[in-house]
Amino acid sequence: MENNIKMHTRDLDFFYGKFQAIDHISLDFLEKRVTALIGPSGCGKSTYLRCLNRMNDLISGTRVKGNALLDDMDIYDPAIDVVNLRRRVGMVFQKPNPFPKSIFENIAYGLKVNGVRDKAKITQVVEKSLKQAAIWDEVKDRLNESALGLSGGQQQRLCIARALAVDPEVLLMDEPASALDPIATQKIEALITELSSKLTIIIVTHNMQQAARVSDRTAFFYMGKLIEVNDTDTLFTKPELKQTEDYITGRFG
Amino acid sequence: MRKRLFLQKLWFTLIKMAAWINSGALAVMVYFIVSRGWRAISWEFISQAPRESMTQGGILPCIVGTISLCLITILVALPIGVASAIYLNEYATQGKMVRLIRLGINNLAGVPSIVFGLFGLAFFCIVLNMGVSVAAGGLTLGIMTLPVIIGASEEALKTVPNTYREASLAMGATRWQTIRRIVLPMAFPGIITGSILGISRAAGETAPIMYTGAVFFTPDLPGSILDEVMALPYHIYVLATAGTNIEATRPLQYGTALVLILLILSMNLAAIIIRSKMRKKLRI
Repeated sequence: MENNIKMHTRDLDFFYGKFQAIDHISLDFLEKRVTALIGPSGCGKSTYLRCLNRMNDLISGTRVKGNALLDDMDIYDPAIDVVNLRRRVGMVFQKPNPFPKSIFENIAYGLKVNGVRDKAKITQVVEKSLKQAAIWDEVKDRLNESALGLSGGQQQRLCIARALAVDPEVLLMDEPASALDPIATQKIEALITELSSKLTIIIVTHNMQQAARVSDRTAFFYMGKLIEVNDTDTLFTKPELKQTEDYITGRFG
Repeated sequence: MRKRLFLQKLWFTLIKMAAWINSGALAVMVYFIVSRGWRAISWEFISQAPRESMTQGGILPCIVGTISLCLITILVALPIGVASAIYLNEYATQGKMVRLIRLGINNLAGVPSIVFGLFGLAFFCIVLNMGVSVAAGGLTLGIMTLPVIIGASEEALKTVPNTYREASLAMGATRWQTIRRIVLPMAFPGIITGSILGISRAAGETAPIMYTGAVFFTPDLPGSILDEVMALPYHIYVLATAGTNIEATRPLQYGTALVLILLILSMNLAAIIIRSKMRKKLRI
């Protein structure tokens, strides 16, 4: 079955001042699939990811050219509602960053800022989100305790639950397991696979085994350019370009 | 080898002495004032107005006056200062405009307090027709305290890691919701501590209020913000230089100084307690 294209960019350029960090990237993201972005440090993969929910808007002196679309909405159209875009395109960050609030309040936050007042509804979504993020059993008896008392791996799953609470269609993950130990990493990876049946996931990772394990498609970035993109199995077993092969076999990067 | 260790020891000793000079200066000053002032302190002293050309009686009008001035200062400087800091740190596009505003704030911080006093006299008392009053004095102190509060608030806002702002925005929160619900609560302990320290500094100022809010003598407590008041620092100045019988008022002068110092120390103590309580609550 061929999936719809959920997001795509066409000739996307991104500049920090005069420095061009992203160079003409055209890439499609299939609905309910996991796409991994790999490449050496500084290749622009995180910057590209942050273009997809306009998180780079916060950095002054930056500029975007080209197109990025969610379904058929141009996300850089000045007329669109950025706040709503970010609700539809959620994000999980490299370091777990739960708010210094209770576990419950961390999840409820996204609902409250989006205008949900109904307490029963909030309680229900909090439980559902924590279950989806496979952390419910570990925290259900301590929902009113500070989220900062959780372990790093639990915090990151809490952050995933927090992102899921506002029902995003796309989830951007910026090296979500790089600050975690192997067991916590395994749990996050299992969760990504689980979640991909419900939403579109785009994950930046430094870890090639991780990309191979969790993703359906993989895109290799180098120096701000997209070098090669293919089904993950194909890219890792029969890369078309020598440069890709050198990177995935560990000859550089 | 010997020499290196000796040099290390020498420098550490010097550095340590420099640090101890701070506490030493405070201790000597407090001892000086307490030893001369404590005999003046009595219930009468803090509950009655001065009598007999200020050689008898208490300083209640001064205590009430200084507290009233501080309240106006807080009302003026806290909202404007915190709002300015939010604008500069969270909202404004960093550019010429912001640099200009910052230049203004830094220069405001450098203006001598007597100049604030003259400005307050000319602007609040005369142009705005407030006369010598709590309102005019509080506003003058407020403007003087603004740069301190803006500075403290900006520092506090800067300590909130960006990743919290991003996480909030990534869930579809607006920038204002992010500031209001995530950034401000986390910055609040720092803002409050810095602000109280700034206001406690203002509480001890004499020059800005001597033309604008404080008077030589009034036995009445202020009934409105347009009334003139006595104030602790100005009263000390008056007792020390302008009394009719300076020798007779000397114990009262040190007693007044002691009350002022206690007032300021208790404000600073409150700042420390609030900060540690909130930090515990936020677990940061």
